[in-house]
Amino acid sequence: MYGTVRHEIRIDRPADVVWALAGDPTKLHTWFPGIVECTVEGNMRTIVTATGIPMPEEILVCDNTQRRFQYRITTPIFKHHRGTIDIIDLGDETCMIVYSTEADPRTMAMVIGGGTAAACRELKRQMELRTEAVD
Amino acid sequence: MGRKILFITTDQQRYDTLGCNGGTIARTPVIDAVAAQGIRYERAHPQSVVCMPSRSTMLTGQCPSTHGVWMNGVPLSEDAPSVADVLAQSGYRTAIIGKPHFEPFLDAFARFPENGFSRDGTFGPHRGFEHFESATHGAAGPLHYARWLAATHPEVVNMFYPVLDSALEVNAMGGGDTGAPQAWANNIPREWYHTDWVADRTISWLDSVPVDDDWFCWMSFPDPHHPWDPPASEVGRIDWREVPLPAGYITDAGERERVLDAKPRHWRAWYDGRMVSNYEAPLEWTPATLTAEQLREVTALNAVECELIDEAIGRVLAAIAARGWGDDVDIIFTTDHGELGGDFGLMFKGPYHVDGLMRLPLIWRPAPSAKSAPATVTRPVGLIDLAPTFCAIAGLPAAPWMEGTSLPVSDTDADARGFERVLTEWDSELWGVGVHLRTITRDGWVCSAYLPGTAHDGSEGELYDLADDPLQRVNRWADPALAETRSDLLADLWDHQPAMATPLRAVEAPV
Repeated sequence: MYGTVRHEIRIDRPADVVWALAGDPTKLHTWFPGIVECTVEGNMRTIVTATGIPMPEEILVCDNTQRRFQYRITTPIFKHHRGTIDIIDLGDETCMIVYSTEADPRTMAMVIGGGTAAACRELKRQMELRTEAVD
Repeated sequence: MGRKILFITTDQQRYDTLGCNGGTIARTPVIDAVAAQGIRYERAHPQSVVCMPSRSTMLTGQCPSTHGVWMNGVPLSEDAPSVADVLAQSGYRTAIIGKPHFEPFLDAFARFPENGFSRDGTFGPHRGFEHFESATHGAAGPLHYARWLAATHPEVVNMFYPVLDSALEVNAMGGGDTGAPQAWANNIPREWYHTDWVADRTISWLDSVPVDDDWFCWMSFPDPHHPWDPPASEVGRIDWREVPLPAGYITDAGERERVLDAKPRHWRAWYDGRMVSNYEAPLEWTPATLTAEQLREVTALNAVECELIDEAIGRVLAAIAARGWGDDVDIIFTTDHGELGGDFGLMFKGPYHVDGLMRLPLIWRPAPSAKSAPATVTRPVGLIDLAPTFCAIAGLPAAPWMEGTSLPVSDTDADARGFERVLTEWDSELWGVGVHLRTITRDGWVCSAYLPGTAHDGSEGELYDLADDPLQRVNRWADPALAETRSDLLADLWDHQPAMATPLRAVEAPV
């Protein structure tokens, strides 16, 4: 059975500014706590966690128009995984990040999803820090 | 030089597993002797019946709605208040050794400090503890015990029961002689098992403390929480075939099911395997399949673990006496929550606010130098009262953020200081199943109100008369003769239950 976990957070920055970072597959380690390295070759990305474990991923979608990024972790512990990052323009120079995880085994959705919750918070922190700097 | 504090916790230990509380299976002479010299509480309840919220309550002195750890998997806020911090700031040396679990164990991205110390080869500081040395229920996980065992005795690492299955669900695999879930023959030598390790490391830390220093040491045993896999060399202490079935186990299946059917529907749904509301029980295990033989074996293995803890405590107390501290040490013994232990045909834990999970062993032996009289307290108290008690022992006022009151030393003291009620909360949201209840225990009644959730519309509840129905078999929620009693209890519950802190903190792992 799949498990699904979704986290969302409003960010007080324009969608295109946030997407410039969140949609860049090479920059994930700069805003996802616990990921320390990130390399991309073609449609394959390998992240390395803070525990030193490399995790290969396949990039499925990187849509600059919809501001959607999708990937799947390909390590054998997953029978299925799909991660989706959506940056949604709220029309008032702010946006919403929605980071969804579905996985089989379902417990892995919670394990990975916990990291995505922290990533959403960190992305917001970094983005809004830049606002303050501009102000 | 003031009073030192040895705070001893176990995990998931029933009230009736101690000799001083009427237990007849495990021999617990050390704790029984401590109880005889001190204060034994007969109605101590947790504010949550799962680990992380309950442990967070012990540390903060706040109920789960306030500290925000509303279910397992929600990390306690980094800036949450800590009684250890209060004590440290007043000059106490502070340590936690054993199971902490203020932050999730399943930590794929190594985000939680609690899990990072062993990786870094450090021991805190964290949450007010200058020394933070961790263990959990086996050799897995990013904790000091697991790393020590892997480094020093790698040949035994795989001897423990695998707590999680290949899908990372709590394992339902049967073992032992009867195929009981989470029962296991563990061939690890006793001296390498986590119970003795916790005692060894506690003694080691205490040895490092200058004799004139005051200290607060939380010694936190992971047992007798499942898995029930004590060292095989010790299992022969208790022949499971001779173990009586627990009083709460209803042997006749028809009667058992009638009792369950009179409770809110998630009870029977879990029993039948139709609904698992929480991560803490094995997903693939159906309670209705539990046999009397399996229950006898689990009860025996659990009792062996309780005996090992008792003996480990005895070693620590001897070490304390050898340092010359005996007259100045307060000992508080308790657990984070109980275990269903076969009551109603169920094991493990979940949203079931009955004595198996809520009635806890709690013993406080004040330092002999305080010349406090031994007592038995029957009035309701909670783990929420521990943090202010530690402050009182240290001669400090309770911190303003603490929501409990220093434990009473007698029923007279309890009555004088208003110990009338104790509250317990449950909230869980897992894979589309939400269960929420609030419970008050007062005047000999246990009253639980269900909030709207997946299986409940908000009208359900439970009401038990602890005097006439100590095993909580007759749910009198809908008894018209008790309408006023129910109404009074609910009014008191809602008068004292804090609102849930918002925004709700995220669940960041299963456990």
